[in-house]
Amino acid sequence: MKAAVLVFPGINRERDMARTLKLTSGHEPAMVWHADSELPAGTDLVVIPGGFSYGDYLRCGAIAARSPIMDAVRSFAGKGGLVLGVCNGFQILCEAGLLPGVLMRNENLRFICRDVYLRVERSDTPFTRGYNAGQVIRVPVAHGEGNYIADGETIARLEGEGRVVFRYSSPDGMIDPNWNHNGAINAIAGILNERGNVLGMMPHPENHVEPAIGVTDGRGLFAGLTEALGRAA
Amino acid sequence: MIPNATPITPELVAEHGLKPDEYKRVLDLIGREPSLTELGIFSAMWNEHCSYKSSKVHLRSLPTKGPHVIQGPGENAGVIDIGDGLACVFKMESHNHPSYIEPYQGAATGVGGILRDVFTMGARPIACLNALSFGAPEHPKTRHLVSGVVAGIGGYGNSFGVPTVGGSVRFHSRYDGNNLVNAMAVGIAQKDKIFYAAASGVGMPIVYLGSKTGRDGIHGASMASAEFDEDSEGKRPTVQVGDPFSEKLLLEACLEIMHKGCVIAIQDMGAAGLTCSAVEMGAKGDLGVVLDLDKVPCREEGMSAYEMMLSESQERMLMVLKPEKEKEAEAIFRKWGLDFAIVGETTRGNRFIVRHQGEVMADLPIKELGDQAPEYKRAFVNAAKPKVIEADDVPAPVGLNEALEKLIATPDLCSKRWVWEQYDHIIGGNTVQRPGGDAAVVRVEDGPKGLALTTDVTPRYCEADAFEGGKQAVAECWRNLTAVGAKPLAVTDNLNFGNPERPEIMGQFVGAIRGIAEACKALDFPVVSGNVSLYNETNGKAILPTPSIGGVGLLDDFTKSATLAFKRAGEAILLVGETTGWLGQSMYLREICGREDGAPPPVDLIEERENGDFVRALILDVSATAAHDLSDGGLAIALAEMAMASGIGATLDDAPDDIPAHAYWFGEDQARYLVTVPAAKVADVLARARAASVLVSRIGTTGGDALTLPGESPLTVASLRDKFEAWLPAYMAGEMTNA
Repeated sequence: MKAAVLVFPGINRERDMARTLKLTSGHEPAMVWHADSELPAGTDLVVIPGGFSYGDYLRCGAIAARSPIMDAVRSFAGKGGLVLGVCNGFQILCEAGLLPGVLMRNENLRFICRDVYLRVERSDTPFTRGYNAGQVIRVPVAHGEGNYIADGETIARLEGEGRVVFRYSSPDGMIDPNWNHNGAINAIAGILNERGNVLGMMPHPENHVEPAIGVTDGRGLFAGLTEALGRAA
Repeated sequence: MIPNATPITPELVAEHGLKPDEYKRVLDLIGREPSLTELGIFSAMWNEHCSYKSSKVHLRSLPTKGPHVIQGPGENAGVIDIGDGLACVFKMESHNHPSYIEPYQGAATGVGGILRDVFTMGARPIACLNALSFGAPEHPKTRHLVSGVVAGIGGYGNSFGVPTVGGSVRFHSRYDGNNLVNAMAVGIAQKDKIFYAAASGVGMPIVYLGSKTGRDGIHGASMASAEFDEDSEGKRPTVQVGDPFSEKLLLEACLEIMHKGCVIAIQDMGAAGLTCSAVEMGAKGDLGVVLDLDKVPCREEGMSAYEMMLSESQERMLMVLKPEKEKEAEAIFRKWGLDFAIVGETTRGNRFIVRHQGEVMADLPIKELGDQAPEYKRAFVNAAKPKVIEADDVPAPVGLNEALEKLIATPDLCSKRWVWEQYDHIIGGNTVQRPGGDAAVVRVEDGPKGLALTTDVTPRYCEADAFEGGKQAVAECWRNLTAVGAKPLAVTDNLNFGNPERPEIMGQFVGAIRGIAEACKALDFPVVSGNVSLYNETNGKAILPTPSIGGVGLLDDFTKSATLAFKRAGEAILLVGETTGWLGQSMYLREICGREDGAPPPVDLIEERENGDFVRALILDVSATAAHDLSDGGLAIALAEMAMASGIGATLDDAPDDIPAHAYWFGEDQARYLVTVPAAKVADVLARARAASVLVSRIGTTGGDALTLPGESPLTVASLRDKFEAWLPAYMAGEMTNA
């Protein structure tokens, strides 16, 4: 794996993400500055980590989406390269037009940091091959604006094409408003682009990978990615 | 705009918070009438908040040294050695008055200020904590204040990117009109790369970094040094506005230029902004300072020297750079999109000279600005010691179960999940123990070291007996760190009191300091940083004396930390420490009997230490499977918390015959812990306790899904949890009819 972690001003989970990538793949990722216009040669995974790029001013992700590096990411994704956006990274991907829809304020209008349960809808993607379809994983969320929404037609397409990969659920995998902390439509926690090589998700799998710190349900995502990229290489 | 050469009238002096005798001191010191800018500078340096003029003489009695202390009070933050070349940098500070006037921004900038204190010293912040005191829930402003303060703390810390891992929240009518927001930040630095404020070298460039200067926060420190009245909300424009995004950039830029060896001295602009930071850098380095205000990056047109010197705009730093590294440093700051301007230089001779538009606006002796600040030995009276209440004299109005169910749903004892879920407490990936336990545990870098962190104080004890309350605050902090298995290392104190000009308030202050000093000495727990907040009064009514203690403890191996949750059924529950059934000032007395009286439980510091050392040893050799300290609400509350954290219940044995049952289960004797031990190890642990002369008794067994007190019907853990979790969200949603 040759991952590139993008760093925008105000991004603050880049260190968490870099540590997890190193831990799970054995390879140190490159940290790529927003003002750069190219990705390092040989990059096979672009990760946009969480945080508050540009302070979330204007609109979450809106300013970062227009950074020079994002042109390189668009072209990388256009060639089928794998792109993972987590939390603010998901918001940036939506603002950059790489994923449809937007993330609104949480339904209760408060920032929420807690462990949630996700039902993994598919295991046949490079991001989720480390899980079984229908498996429930426990990962943390930490966001004020994670309430996913898109127009009816887009949602119908996402659902019809099986592009919803993670859904907020109860611990036993039931979709239930009580377990959907931010009010996202159809309990959507993570979606793929049409081609299946760009994933955006609100929860933080990178914070649940070490046994000594607690739950390790986030490992499957990185282990799956490492395996997928190892095979491709 | 008032011209600089304005005649200084007594009214103008009074508006600047200087007393007539203090103004006379100014005249004696400079031998002439000050300019308006100079008057502003004196008011900024000599107010209570910056000068500690009422408290200094007493603060000197606190123990501040220890084998692991690298830097005690007097710098931006305290520094302790945690081994392997690493240092822990930490401090707690109040932002009480601003948080009452404008809760979101007041609390946010409180967090911003304390984070800056920590990273100014070269440390990357790894955790924040806080201690919040609000007015009675039924007070019409309380809900608004809780909502704003919590959102502000989260808004700043979450965006900055530091986990907020712990704290405390309490309610009492004595904080109506004067809530307390005490924020603590903790960082990690290389021990040999700590940065200080003292400038060195003549003719060195003084560099201004960070955000631009605006008109916000002018006289913030003076506001923090006066009492409140009905008109205080008119002071809203003196509250600063926070920008965590800029602060995050400032953090990264500062750490980068420190890493590149560009920095000689650094001081953040906090209270009294440019004035205080420039004076400190010069005075500490035995140098003069010349500032050229034409170079200061301003947000607004036409700012006067007076305004620039007193602005408390946030996210700003002052540095002395190595001249040969200036270009390199500037490039780093430009990369992060921050302002960078050379605004002055260090000079020979100890003058503080401020120039603006070709004129000298201030020319003052720099050392005297700090050193010659007034210092008061204010009169104080010690309050009469309250009467000890005997348990036998307190009838139990309700049964044990009813009392327990009521207590866990009270504002002070209920779950604070609604609060800490608004704080990102996991960012960094190092949070080993999240909020809700005795102390938070945070891994240091990649381990195996961990830090245990907590903030504590029991204001109702301090109100009843300031000395015992001061002792207890330190002891409880030490106990909470011990209960997770950490070795307590040092504390930061945040002393919140009323008007020191009133002898009875000064008596509380002096008593609490004596208690803190005694406990810190006995427990080898030095004070390395702190903050004093006086004048916490509204319309002549003071807050409960609230000396918040923030403690740091070290775990050599973070994976050995203990949690309070019961681990499995069939384990023995052991009570460590002596139980007499002390009901004076207890939560039981207040919430169940409707009485706030009596002497608070005394702390035997020798016992505290022995019991704690015993419990820590049990945790570290893995004899204890769970550990919890006993505090508010006593034994029954601690048991309920251990059960609720795990879902496993417990069955308890009869109370001893010589103590009334309600006093045994709800009394608040100090120096006590609960631990669980596998059945096979009980005999061994009890033998060890006898050998160490530590009082340990088996009081019950874990198991089932209910907590069963002797002679009472089982209370399911699920039902306890429902009650525990319900109050705060319902209150905040406005669903409480009585509140």
